[in-house]
Amino acid sequence: MSTPLILLILAIIAVVCYVVGTRHALAIAGGLSSKLHSRPGYYGSFVAICAVLPAAIVLAAWLIASPLYINSTIRGGFPEDVKAKSEAEQGLAFGMVNSLARGMDILTLDEIDKVGANPAELRSALGAKGVALAGDPEPYMVESAGDLNAMNKISNRVMTAVVLIVALIGAGLSYTRISHRFRARNRVERVILGALVVASSIAIITTIGIVMSMLTEAGHFFGRVPAWEFFFGTVWDPRFAAAGAAASEGQFGLIPLLLGTLYIGFVAMLVAVPVGLFSAIYMSEYASPKLRSVAKPLLEVLAGIPTIVYGFFALTTVGPFLRDLSSSINGIATGDFANFIQAQSVLTAGFVMGIMLIPYVSSLSDDIITAVPRALRDGSLGLGATKSETIKKVVMPAALPGVVGALLMTASRAIGETMIVVLAAGVAARMQLNPFEPMTTVTVKIVSQLTGDLEFTSPQTLVAFALGITLFVITLCLNIYALFIVRKYREQYE
Amino acid sequence: MTDVVSFPAGASAKPARRDIGIKRRYAAERRFRAYGIAALSFGILFLFILLYSVVSKGYTAFQQTMITVPVEFSEQIIDKDNERATDPQKLVTANYPLIARNAVAKVLGVAETDRSGLRAVNQMISDGVRGQLRDMVVANPQIIGTTQTVSLLAAGDIDSAFKGQIDLSVSENNRKVSDQQVGWMNQLAESGALGKHFNTGIFVNGNSSRPEAAGVGVALIGSFYMMLIVLVLSLPIGVAASIYLEEFAPKNKFTDLIEVNINNLAAVPSIVYGLLGLAVFINFMGLPRSASLVGGLVLTLMTLPTIIIATRAALKAVPPSIRAAALGLGASKMQTIFHHVLPLAMPGILTGTIIGLAHALGETAPLLLIGMVAFVANYPTTPMDPSTALPVQIYMWANEAERAFVERTSGAIIILLLFLVVMNVGAILLRRRFERRW
Repeated sequence: MSTPLILLILAIIAVVCYVVGTRHALAIAGGLSSKLHSRPGYYGSFVAICAVLPAAIVLAAWLIASPLYINSTIRGGFPEDVKAKSEAEQGLAFGMVNSLARGMDILTLDEIDKVGANPAELRSALGAKGVALAGDPEPYMVESAGDLNAMNKISNRVMTAVVLIVALIGAGLSYTRISHRFRARNRVERVILGALVVASSIAIITTIGIVMSMLTEAGHFFGRVPAWEFFFGTVWDPRFAAAGAAASEGQFGLIPLLLGTLYIGFVAMLVAVPVGLFSAIYMSEYASPKLRSVAKPLLEVLAGIPTIVYGFFALTTVGPFLRDLSSSINGIATGDFANFIQAQSVLTAGFVMGIMLIPYVSSLSDDIITAVPRALRDGSLGLGATKSETIKKVVMPAALPGVVGALLMTASRAIGETMIVVLAAGVAARMQLNPFEPMTTVTVKIVSQLTGDLEFTSPQTLVAFALGITLFVITLCLNIYALFIVRKYREQYE
Repeated sequence: MTDVVSFPAGASAKPARRDIGIKRRYAAERRFRAYGIAALSFGILFLFILLYSVVSKGYTAFQQTMITVPVEFSEQIIDKDNERATDPQKLVTANYPLIARNAVAKVLGVAETDRSGLRAVNQMISDGVRGQLRDMVVANPQIIGTTQTVSLLAAGDIDSAFKGQIDLSVSENNRKVSDQQVGWMNQLAESGALGKHFNTGIFVNGNSSRPEAAGVGVALIGSFYMMLIVLVLSLPIGVAASIYLEEFAPKNKFTDLIEVNINNLAAVPSIVYGLLGLAVFINFMGLPRSASLVGGLVLTLMTLPTIIIATRAALKAVPPSIRAAALGLGASKMQTIFHHVLPLAMPGILTGTIIGLAHALGETAPLLLIGMVAFVANYPTTPMDPSTALPVQIYMWANEAERAFVERTSGAIIILLLFLVVMNVGAILLRRRFERRW
């Protein structure tokens, strides 16, 4: 039986168990649910859980373990001369066996008879059914594929039987335990609590997954390219990741990418910080509630617009505008209408990213400024300070740690931002300080190394994971430090 | 009290006030205010510039120039030797563009011997007519030999020219439509044969390298599958996790770790999730590339922290008196939470979920890494099939060189923004409708 079908049957068993268990509990109590320890539904749920949960665990374990076992058996059954070959070639042969097995499942018996032992015909027959083989299968492969199919069939049958038997045993045992005194609710609640714990540990699992996956792949990369060449290299020239072309060794210097990332992030912060901070101050200290209720959501709309839209805006509107502007300025000043701002440049990307970051700065600092106690302001105003003096000399110093935390979080967003820089910053990895020229960033290079055909063995692909872990560590440090500052600051007033 | 302080005689005039810089300080106050107003207007101004630039470029994408002419389904061209009964491929491979060209040429009065004229006519019709006419004939072979009035897609350049997006004052050699074609275009437009129609194609078509035939249909379905997966996975998991953390978790190192973790995950750059999806779901688990299933899983992991943070805030907002009352009446802790606290927190949870979904809908970067930048022209039938997503489609079109794709890209952005507006307005309404003040 196929796995979805088994799951469906388990679901049906669960429903049946629930109904039967509930009725049985009621029957024991003579129709009076007040005589039971728990409400009748809990008895039903208990039976259903006992039936389905162990069966589902068995099913999951089987689905993971059985392919591993079968694959190793099949590989162990390969002829000696194949086993002597390299790991990669064995993998290739096994891939062939797999597709053969899939194909032979589709073919009818008659067709198999007709094709017989002729590999070339088998290949064309499978090709006609939509299963493409990499080459003509060798006789041992056909044999292995047959074995594979047979083993899979047996494994599937045994699995179905075991899962259903486990479910029935669970249902039977739990059914007999139902009685007046049986504390069904406590047991059911314990299972629910377990599920809640599992759900909350997914956050941890995700983090572990991120770190582990990137460390493994980056480890493969550092096996080929020395770490110091990556972290301190000043030339980014990865060459092409041509399949099988091991000779083309590129240079993977992180420095130009990091410089571009920081430069563009700096320009973005140059736009976002003053605008965001002044907006936040104006909205929290000066604006009437009416203006605030209009302006705040409008600014937050900026945060809701997908970054790809900002990228497109930069690419088609801001970039060409700056380019044309620069050429007219140049023309008026020197008579030569050559543009000195490129359409894709640090300035374009940084400026548009800055606009995107305004709402982050403003809403985070708005919260922090509003949290400064009223008494501080009243004290300052009472001593004769003007409103702006109060803000500059009293409110902002009090809010400073929180604001710095907010700015750090914003900076980490600027560093991790992808779509704007992919479209507007350019792809040339260069080390220069002219904001009117294109530069590239870590995120742009992750995207460009990983789109298109991939080979998980070439350093050209693996470098993306090294870049990714660098990015992850930088943003993580910024965020942890920001959280630390914000928390420390919060303690002062609460 | 005595008047100790007495002014010297003769000082009848009021003493000059000591200059404490009031003027200067008030000026500084006004300046400071002006900075605030300037900053606020700057942000809002750019919001409007952004929206204006997208809408002004994109609203024309919802109209498409069509040429409506009588088309003769000539048996000579489609099936000269009358083989269609024996060879069904014949109808599929016939030269349909020729039929369309002849039809338009006939209306324009271009002679059949005028080869360069015919070529110019051909350039006015989209290559998409091949599929259009083919589908008509395959669906109903009886129309062979008859003449039907058909609305043919105009070529992308004619479409742009008719919408006035091509500067006709430029010399003929430097633009993509010739004066002859412009003349024909105006001739057809005057006779009513050529005109703008509502463009359903942009909503239903798959991707195409021809801008006039390209649409976001596949991307919409891909995005829909992904949103469905995100909703089905992240809402229960997120709610369960928040309930545990907010209501049950003992205050210890482990729960502290989870909390710091969730806060950090919310701030991890989205592209890192793409790397995770590539390494774990595709490379390790062997799920297919470009599938919306993988996209949905990656976006789920990305959305979870948002939902957890929103849910915890909603749970926290339910007053303790509710819990105390339920517990006092003999409910277990689990019953208290599931029967009383959770329903009261539901509006807040759903608002957070919708906002998380809206973010996921607009997310592009992680999807690029798991291979959703594939050219997909056919509808995906299951989440395992290759598909693409709305923002990724926008990214792909933004990289196209042709002028007409700028219009399509903006059109697709408008569609995306409309979806986001609907979702966010829904969230706001939900909050207004069900929000309770305790």
